[in-house]
Amino acid sequence: MTAVLAVGVLTLAACGDSGGGSTGSGPGGLTVPKIDKLAALGAGEGTVNIVSWAGYVEDGTTDKSVDWVTPFEKETGCQVNNKVAATSDEMVTLMKTGDYDVVSASGDASLRLIYGGDVAPVNTDLVANYQDIFDGLKNKAWNSVDGVAYGIPHGRGANVLMYNKNTVTPAPTSWGAVFDANSPYKGKITAYDSPIYIADAALYLMKTKPDLGIKNPYALDDKQFDAAVSLLKEQNKNIGEYWSDYTKEVQAFKSGNSVLGTSWQVIVNLAQADKAPVESVLPTEGATGWSDTWMIAAKAKHPNCGYLWMNYIVSPKANAQVAEWFGEAPSNKLACEQTADKNHCKTFHADDESYFDQVWYWTTPLAQCVDGRTDVTCKDYSAWTQAWTTIKG
Amino acid sequence: MSFLHRHPRLRLAALLSAPLLWLVVAYLGALAVLLVSAFWTVNGFTGEMVRTFSLANFRTILTEEVYRNVTLRSLGVAASVTAICVLLAVPMAFFMAKVARPRSRHWLVIAILTPLWASYLVKAYAWRVLLANGGPIESVFGATPGYGLFATILVLSYMWLPYMILPIYAGLERLPDSLLEASADLGARAGRTFRAVVLPILIPSVFAGSIFTFSLSLGDYIAVQIVGGKTQLIGNLVYANIGAANNLPFAAAIATVPVVIMVIYLVAVRRSGALEEL
Repeated sequence: MTAVLAVGVLTLAACGDSGGGSTGSGPGGLTVPKIDKLAALGAGEGTVNIVSWAGYVEDGTTDKSVDWVTPFEKETGCQVNNKVAATSDEMVTLMKTGDYDVVSASGDASLRLIYGGDVAPVNTDLVANYQDIFDGLKNKAWNSVDGVAYGIPHGRGANVLMYNKNTVTPAPTSWGAVFDANSPYKGKITAYDSPIYIADAALYLMKTKPDLGIKNPYALDDKQFDAAVSLLKEQNKNIGEYWSDYTKEVQAFKSGNSVLGTSWQVIVNLAQADKAPVESVLPTEGATGWSDTWMIAAKAKHPNCGYLWMNYIVSPKANAQVAEWFGEAPSNKLACEQTADKNHCKTFHADDESYFDQVWYWTTPLAQCVDGRTDVTCKDYSAWTQAWTTIKG
Repeated sequence: MSFLHRHPRLRLAALLSAPLLWLVVAYLGALAVLLVSAFWTVNGFTGEMVRTFSLANFRTILTEEVYRNVTLRSLGVAASVTAICVLLAVPMAFFMAKVARPRSRHWLVIAILTPLWASYLVKAYAWRVLLANGGPIESVFGATPGYGLFATILVLSYMWLPYMILPIYAGLERLPDSLLEASADLGARAGRTFRAVVLPILIPSVFAGSIFTFSLSLGDYIAVQIVGGKTQLIGNLVYANIGAANNLPFAAAIATVPVVIMVIYLVAVRRSGALEEL
């Protein structure tokens, strides 16, 4: 038995070379693993394996009229294999398997992928449509390091408050509706099942308890973190269930097991398509949100098809189709003219930077406070994860 | 061939090497590596494993109240599921083994087995629909337990019932009818016959079944996720730490909890002869 143990340890130790140690420009002196970007585009490999959010890679199976994968396959000969991930954390885990070429990572996953060495820098010269991406989305803290682009921005949006318009009256306008200890909807409130949801509580506290001094919901010191966690523990008494699987939330709102809670616009659209009486609102406090970036795996087996996909999916037409189906602001300026609903970009504030100033994009919480404070230590993502277990009890 | 025939030891080695290799390397080896990784930690930011010995994971599990609560809750669920399965399985298995005509017996066994052929997920999501507000259960009974701990116990009992019926049926089938007749001929009433003749056969079979229902419930996370509402069990904590946090070492540390519980349980039921019934 001891021999088996020893062999196992040696094998694992041999194949692991956890980086670190040296000082880099990243948060806390982290260094970005040196990975070369693709120099030139070659012929497609015939296949591309994608990890994406639900609704990003539609081939007509969800809804016959929603299909932008088939034209891509016809055009490039790259067969698309898509894996829908339920959460950012799942995306990171899936990308670590090495089986996937591209991923539609949100801001809370992208830096982890970059510093983990799972994704490669992107040669934007090989992506013709990159020039039409809104400047407000390029080279941001979550999709670049030291001015090196690590992906192609895809779109952005806010985490909205969804409610059943028949039972929830008056219509909510504040996140207070989901944090009210005496809520009349006790047991029918739902919340997003991920540690990152702690930021939603922090955002609410930022507006309602200014003396806590929260400046950024992803940079929480001990006191601020405890306040957010105890608010969520209080909220737990009113929660019916936590959701991470979008089909589960659609079904819960359809049957009335959930009537109020945090959601994404795509879920609202799917629930409405299923004739559920739901509506969504961006509460007065603003919201957490996401900005997604298509990234290419460091060890992509099909890099050329991966680049072809990244270029295709942000092309004006495809970007417009995804944005309308998913319910988000497109990243390509020219997409706004291609949407079926001509007001789409206006509704989703595609070029309205002042609107997105109210949206706190998902960001990985670090011990080095991301709001720039240096006199305190912030709670990092593993502390958020363990707290999330405690909150659910 | 004659070479092997003349060397029986070599023959035995060749015969056993494949299963032994599987058992030691793939099965026990993988388990051992898993347990070793429980002493490692993970860089919270990049998700890289830090391969230095540390008791931090176990310290967290032992000191944080939430892990104790979840363990106790999981034990409660496993015990309830087992109790419900015993209550349903004993009369059913008795009917199958002793009352039903021999010809219809194997049809009954097949009927018990059919739910095992359907996909676990289909059954769990079907229960989610059954238990929903305005769903079939509410329209028939006027109320639904909704999603939560009770629904979890209900669905798990449904899932694991065959695993309880089959060992009890197998045990009772081995009990000769002549023993029951002899007991009656000697003047024992039904109760006495049950206590003196049936029970000694029944108890090891029930414990054998309970090992299945208990351990399957202890490790389950899918049914809880689908109908459990906000309930967390040990399986969910393992899943959350692998899927969400990418913290394999901590998940491995949590996974030792059901292993320890099952070892204690197996030692406890060993004396009943349950292990011979498996």
